[in-house]
Amino acid sequence: MLEVRSLSIHFHRYARGLRRTVLTPVVDLDLKVSAGEVVAVVGSSGSGKSLLAHAVLGILPSNAHIEGEIWYKGQLLTPERQAAMRGRRIALIPQSVSFLDPLMRVGAQVLRAAQLSGKNRHSAAAQRAIFQRYQLPLEVERWYPFQLSGGMARRTLVSMAVVGEAELILADEPTPGLHPEVVQETLNHLRQLADEQRGVVLITHDIQAALQVADQIAVFYAGTTVEIAPVTAFSGKGEGLLHPYTQALWRSLPQNEFIPLPGMQPSPQDLPQGCLFAPRCPLATAECTAERPTMRAIAQNQVRCIHAQG
Amino acid sequence: MLKAERVSFRYSPNRPWILQGFSLSITPGERVGLYGPSGCGKTTFGRVLAGYLQPIGGKVELDGKPLPPKGYCPVQMIFQHPELAINPRWTIGKALYEAYQPPPSLLEALSLDLHWFERFPHELSNGELQRIAVARVLDPRTRYLIADEMTTMLDANTQAQLWQVLLDVAAQRQLGMLVISHDRPLLERVCTRIVDWAMEAQTT
Ligand code: SF4
Repeated sequence: MLEVRSLSIHFHRYARGLRRTVLTPVVDLDLKVSAGEVVAVVGSSGSGKSLLAHAVLGILPSNAHIEGEIWYKGQLLTPERQAAMRGRRIALIPQSVSFLDPLMRVGAQVLRAAQLSGKNRHSAAAQRAIFQRYQLPLEVERWYPFQLSGGMARRTLVSMAVVGEAELILADEPTPGLHPEVVQETLNHLRQLADEQRGVVLITHDIQAALQVADQIAVFYAGTTVEIAPVTAFSGKGEGLLHPYTQALWRSLPQNEFIPLPGMQPSPQDLPQGCLFAPRCPLATAECTAERPTMRAIAQNQVRCIHAQG
Repeated sequence: MLKAERVSFRYSPNRPWILQGFSLSITPGERVGLYGPSGCGKTTFGRVLAGYLQPIGGKVELDGKPLPPKGYCPVQMIFQHPELAINPRWTIGKALYEAYQPPPSLLEALSLDLHWFERFPHELSNGELQRIAVARVLDPRTRYLIADEMTTMLDANTQAQLWQVLLDVAAQRQLGMLVISHDRPLLERVCTRIVDWAMEAQTT
């Protein structure tokens, strides 16, 4: 359904004294999502994961420079196609409830989303149906966003994304600091959407949340996907994980060994040569810094490491 | 010992009680986990214990005396959102050195990058800011720490890094800690005992 090939995003900016700096928050990223599947993109917060969703939707700021290709159902996405699909075929569940218009009644906002998605004639019915589906009481139609509880606000955002016939749902950190019940509910909604044969991309810093609903987990490090593995590989001592960073991430969970890997991710302004993980990798050799490793298929995983073995 | 004795709190007389007669004490070197869903008063309790909020009923005492009304408070708090706890108009260096000079070994353990020091908070990620917040509260005058969902927004590796540093310093200095979280495996990993908020709040 969705295939992202070697996506890189650069930003040019002028720092103090007209010194020009280039930021590269996304580097050679690859990702594939099929209908019926939840693919979680897991990485630390503020690391540029959201830019992936923005790139697919075609809503990056104008100073962003993009390389690589994004394919949707066998078609290369161009800015025109993206504009035509945004909100119709491809929808975003945003991170923040600040996405809601504070001055517009909730029902009207969902209705507008339905109209934008092309359901002109049946939009009122679609809005009612989606309220029912997500257990938003009828009176909520007349409320303003500030009157919603945290859980209702999340359900409103999900409603707006799926009130049309979007086939691909991009959920950008949909569970930031919420009550555990609301987190659970939001994750369940994503699972149901995939079970209805939509494709779902869950972008999150929370690997535990990802493990609960995803089919595949793409591990995001320093702007790229270092490994894409089936969720079942994240078990035991992580024997099914093939990239050294993924293994370290798994070990660092409190229910596992809670041993962190020292150091920090490189800054997008100052990326290392060759493998982006090399400065922290216990297995790095001279070859690792020669060029950027490409994704290789090993067993059921996709791994960006020249020394990985199945 | 840091002790909350039957503390109660609400924001005004016509608002519901958020805390009612809750008691808890923490001894030096003890790390108490406070477990339960968010939005149920745990954060309010943390703020009362740190002296940010005055309880309406009951009292908070540090070694048998009220918390000092001015000067450095030996009970410090770390929040879920470091961007709200650091003055946005100060450089990172100023925010960090405001109170004391953290030793180089601490800066290194937290992987703090010296380049950050001339930047402003909005130029750093949450993970980077939270490292600064941890360095700040490890002032040698701190004796009790309240960590309120401190690593909820961070990735697992950064979470483990920050906790490793905190646990080391807490053991060296016999700091007492209250760890507020909805993450049970995390509490089991870092705490010496766990209090289940829902059960305690009902029985008191
Ligand atoms: S390519 Fe080399 S440095 Fe990169 S992850 Fe593999 S072993 Fe480590």
